Amino acid sequence: MALPYYVSPEQMMQDKAEYAKKGIAKGRSIIVLEYSDGVLLAADNPSASLHKISEVYDNIAFAGAGKYSEFENLRKAGIRHADLTGYMYSREDVSARSLSNAYSQSLGTAFGQEIKPLEVELLVVQVGNNDHPNEIYRISFDGSITDEKAFAVIGGRSENVQAYLKERSSTQLPALKVALSLCHAALEQVANQKLPSENLEVAVLDRTRNGRKFRRLSVGDTRQLIAS
Amino acid sequence: MKNVPLFPHHEGSSFFDFLTCHYPQAAPFHGDMRGGQVAPLLDPPRQAVPPIPFGTTVLAIKYRAGVVIAGDRRATEGFQIADRRIEKVFKIDAYSAMAIAGAAGPCIEMARLFQTELEHYEKLEGVQLSCEGKANKLGQMVKANLPMVFQGLVVMPLYVGYDVRRAEGRIFKYDITGGRYEESEYHAIGSGGKDARNTIREHYRDGLTEEEALRISLLALYNAADEDVGTGGPDVIRGIYPSAKLAAASGIVDVTDERMRLVYEEMITGRSKRK
Repeated sequence: MALPYYVSPEQMMQDKAEYAKKGIAKGRSIIVLEYSDGVLLAADNPSASLHKISEVYDNIAFAGAGKYSEFENLRKAGIRHADLTGYMYSREDVSARSLSNAYSQSLGTAFGQEIKPLEVELLVVQVGNNDHPNEIYRISFDGSITDEKAFAVIGGRSENVQAYLKERSSTQLPALKVALSLCHAALEQVANQKLPSENLEVAVLDRTRNGRKFRRLSVGDTRQLIAS
Repeated sequence: MKNVPLFPHHEGSSFFDFLTCHYPQAAPFHGDMRGGQVAPLLDPPRQAVPPIPFGTTVLAIKYRAGVVIAGDRRATEGFQIADRRIEKVFKIDAYSAMAIAGAAGPCIEMARLFQTELEHYEKLEGVQLSCEGKANKLGQMVKANLPMVFQGLVVMPLYVGYDVRRAEGRIFKYDITGGRYEESEYHAIGSGGKDARNTIREHYRDGLTEEEALRISLLALYNAADEDVGTGGPDVIRGIYPSAKLAAASGIVDVTDERMRLVYEEMITGRSKRK
């Protein structure tokens, strides 16, 4: 007779968390850093078409690390959520906080109920306007959500990148090119190899733009900014 | 990842489909004509419907560098003026605009939905739809509105876009079944559409300049307002002028009220001299 097996809940959660962490640790890092005119998002990404950073709404951006198919799914769901809110109410009623909460709920439920947890880590960023501060939310595979200030890092080796940035952070917000060079250096240092600008996916939420604040920087723009 | 809380599972990149599928109560019109309940046809239509605002003459004319799209500002409710400043020309995305004629409420709703639709696609897919793709999508939305047409709620769009790949402006007109037809020179729709077309026909030629195309547009709207009660002319006392946008390589640009005023001033001075 086969014995019904028993696994304690603690054990099960621990195993799932370990599994998810392993999956995320395989990937490269993504940095979000506040700069003088908004928020900069930079990812170590060798692909020019499979993006890790995306626009969500007028002043909201998304970054996902871990398993591409999973965070891509969440990215699309987030855009649907934002567009639906904006359509039903108004454009200014779409907020990063509400979206992050929805992500947190979803990831939390998936972590508790599914056999396989989602191997993802997300960042939801909103650029502030009219004296409102920027908002940076980091959501983990188990649905835990943290509110970050100045900078945030997700993906593999994120602690090392975080430590690097913490050492060099200042009270004054840097200009775009300084912020980008810092991100580039941090990613290079942690990857322990040269990182050509083609392998850098960069986007900004630029407060000075009208309407949709999200802008992707081309390889040319990135190269020029780092070089100058 | 099916049906995680707050995120209904959905395939595809169309916001319109997403809305009709998951939130039909929020969709202005339903794509589903088989299962959905269609209220019986009113005969004659609109007789039993309380008055609702209707919008009127809108037009589009091609010129050398793009297309100008313009519309008057009047909405009528039976024999009453419902609104003197209604906006019938909408910027849809960076390279396209649409103008609407028909029942004002559903018209504005369709424009808003179409704006969301195109932005939604662009964000999900990472690229913009082609000009033709956008025009086809609008056709599907007009088709979905067909049951409402039998209730007297016609929505008739005129769509213009600057086709970046072909480097030219394009004009698309529709019929109530969602049929989509491309116009190669100009078009006008709405209650004063015929009058506007008559005017444009007499002045149109290939390779107009932006200024000429704008002047013909405003002349056509002026003549349409002269003949049709539903179309509003320039209101010099209140300072209300038709609205117009230009679709060209640099994107969609609003024509300022000041520029409109100057064109009309010249036109009105010219006309008063005829007496």
